[in-house]
Amino acid sequence: MPRFFCEIMNTLGPLDPTVQMIHDRLQSFDVDELRRRATSAEAELYNLGITFTVYSDRDAIDRILPFDLIPRILTAGEWELVERGVVQRVTAINKFLWDIYHDQKILRDGIIPRDLVLGNVNFRPEMMGLDVPLGVYVHVNGTDIVRDEAGRFLVLEDNARTPSGVSYVIENRHMMLRVLPDLLSGIGIRPVEEYGLRLKQAMIEIAPAGVSDPQVVLLSPGIYNSAYFEHVFLAREMGVPLVEGRDLVVENARVFMRTIAGLRPVHSIYRRLNDDFLDPDVFRPESQLGVRGLVDAWRRGNVAIANAVGTGVADDKAIYAYMPRIIRYYLDEEPILNNVDTRICREPDGLKYTLDNLEKLVVKPVGESGGYGLIIGPHATRAELDEFRIKLKADPANYISQPVINLSTAPTLCEGGVEARHVDLRPFAVTGASTWVLPGGLSRVALKKGSLVVNSSQGGGSKDTWVLS
Amino acid sequence: MRTQALLSRYAESTVWLARYMERIENLARILDVTESFTRTSLVENGWRSVIQINADEERYYSTRTEADVRGVTEFYVLDRDNPNSIASIIDVARENARTLRPLISTEMWTHINVFHNWVRRLNSNDIRSSQLSALCARLKQECQTHYGITEGTFYRDQGWYFYSIGKFLERGDQTTRLVDIKYHTLLPREAGVGSQVDISQWSAVLRSAAAYHAYRRVMPSSLSPASVAGFLLLNNAFPRSLVLTLRQVYWAVGQLRTDYGLRRGGAALERMDELRAALTDQTIEQIILRGLHEFLDWVQVQLRLIQNDIADAFWTIEPPLHASEFGTQTLGTMTQSLGTMTQSLGTMRQTMETAGPASSRQSQN
Repeated sequence: MPRFFCEIMNTLGPLDPTVQMIHDRLQSFDVDELRRRATSAEAELYNLGITFTVYSDRDAIDRILPFDLIPRILTAGEWELVERGVVQRVTAINKFLWDIYHDQKILRDGIIPRDLVLGNVNFRPEMMGLDVPLGVYVHVNGTDIVRDEAGRFLVLEDNARTPSGVSYVIENRHMMLRVLPDLLSGIGIRPVEEYGLRLKQAMIEIAPAGVSDPQVVLLSPGIYNSAYFEHVFLAREMGVPLVEGRDLVVENARVFMRTIAGLRPVHSIYRRLNDDFLDPDVFRPESQLGVRGLVDAWRRGNVAIANAVGTGVADDKAIYAYMPRIIRYYLDEEPILNNVDTRICREPDGLKYTLDNLEKLVVKPVGESGGYGLIIGPHATRAELDEFRIKLKADPANYISQPVINLSTAPTLCEGGVEARHVDLRPFAVTGASTWVLPGGLSRVALKKGSLVVNSSQGGGSKDTWVLS
Repeated sequence: MRTQALLSRYAESTVWLARYMERIENLARILDVTESFTRTSLVENGWRSVIQINADEERYYSTRTEADVRGVTEFYVLDRDNPNSIASIIDVARENARTLRPLISTEMWTHINVFHNWVRRLNSNDIRSSQLSALCARLKQECQTHYGITEGTFYRDQGWYFYSIGKFLERGDQTTRLVDIKYHTLLPREAGVGSQVDISQWSAVLRSAAAYHAYRRVMPSSLSPASVAGFLLLNNAFPRSLVLTLRQVYWAVGQLRTDYGLRRGGAALERMDELRAALTDQTIEQIILRGLHEFLDWVQVQLRLIQNDIADAFWTIEPPLHASEFGTQTLGTMTQSLGTMTQSLGTMRQTMETAGPASSRQSQN
């Protein structure tokens, strides 16, 4: 078995003829030609201001997310699996959130330890008993998926709060059509253009009943937010005003926006503000970004908010470990997409396995301050491992463990030519009356040789993701 | 199709985007003409007048002692500590454009973005005397490209009228500044009137307003300071004349009221009526006789008040809600929200006087 799964050449069955064709076409470009096109693509991204913001002392610096012009390809069969798996997962997450904010059956049945949910910082008691429209909490979800050595798709993380990156999916496609039309021509690729319409439709579906032509808005923290480009992009794609907190006002438990014709009612808000900033009456009192009284208006059913407040509890690392059980519990189905094999150390079996295999595992604390206290077994010294065993035994409930995943690779244009680089995939699901998944998703690529870090803030880039039709 | 009412903040940013782009072009014009002015004549204080036009004496002399070509161009092109420099103005113009991304066309945004990146890379080499004229030409051209792209791609709804309001208010204001300062700089002594130097300088003034050829068509045989001033202020057909820019602002406010049924903006129209009457009821000779400088001062105050009237009408004061939407509102909440509004009105006014909304970063912390 190869050490890494290659996204183009290692397939689980016979090589798809279209993939073969794309591969052959790619071979026909020499590296200099690819570089010329990459340069023009990056210049264009910069000119278009398709940037994210890196904060520094005085000036905010705009950077483009590096764009690799060699696409990542998913066959129709691969995509079908991912899509079904994402829909299943989002459905289970929504049922889970409904339950924990209502009857809490899953806690009573002992499927998930009570304290993991109720003691979670992202659990919002304010949400108890609130009936959100259509039972949907997570209207936009991003599922981080990787492939292991065997090419299996595994979920690494759920992003159920305000996942970013969908704008790059669509802009990458536009860029691809401009700089590599000869690679795309004649190949059936599922379009990504619908996203804005689907999102708008979902926002209309959740609007308060009886409003014939609901006013949808996108609520952004403003131009200095690092994801502002995405906010603009989505507002434009939906054809709705991009508002900031100061544009909205709540009177008589109804939400209005300040327009040149006076206050105009608002019915449905796609918010890109974290819970904490949404409403100073309920959350951080000092927040200037939110809208006073917004949560009250929402609770009374006068306005819809997507994603709902309190969804963070579902994308928490601690809950993530239970997601396969959550799927079985609510849907009575086996997970279509598995988690990365995760052991829960608060459970005796999990703890024993973790202690016995520590040198092969990544052990992560599940507490709120993720990042600290993590150990990567294969990179740790014997002393570090011994020390960690003591910590682990002292507080097993604080840890989960996972094997180190050798992420799949995709050919990527690098300094030394076309080389293999690790990639992940974040498909985006939009849920209103039903769930729709944007074909493909954001493929992030670690541009540094050997690096598994695909994060944009740490030198990651992105690729256009092609789903073959 | 339902027309969405424009967000007040968008209206405000649109006005300022237009004003800033217009301001950059005017600055480039003034630097350009001053450069050719001082090169071809022995006029003293040529560069100081640029500082006077922009009422920047205090700021300029706080860090510099001499108003020479080097200092003034550095101050007005590169100095990012000077909020009136092209480098600073393009920053806030771009911030307004960023705010307006959902409203403006991709072409408008891309051009401003590229223009901004270019200005940011300018350095002291680019403002050497030998380069200055070419630099000004490029700046003017970029602004005109912006107007062209805007004309060709900006959707003609409410935003378009606010854009017009901002552009023409700024243009009218800049024309009055140009006339004011040049008239007094160039008309110091009785003896100078009609002399050769004088004429070439008045031609330069006309050129700085892109008015030379238009003026020549109207006045083929004479070139007097009074007729130049009269042309720039009162001509009905010249695109940068005060009278014409006022007509455009008036028209734009009127369109907002008629096409979109906005009842506000009446105060701005009334004030413009008065101002237009003051301009058309007297000749330039009468104006000069009564005191051109005082008159232009008054005009500039009026223009500022018109901007305030428009701000009050469309973004700083909250119009009352429709009764149908809001039948049961209590007096208590009304008073409370009025309190907040007055407060924000104060902050907005403050920023408006100096630079406009995008220059204030405090709301993002």
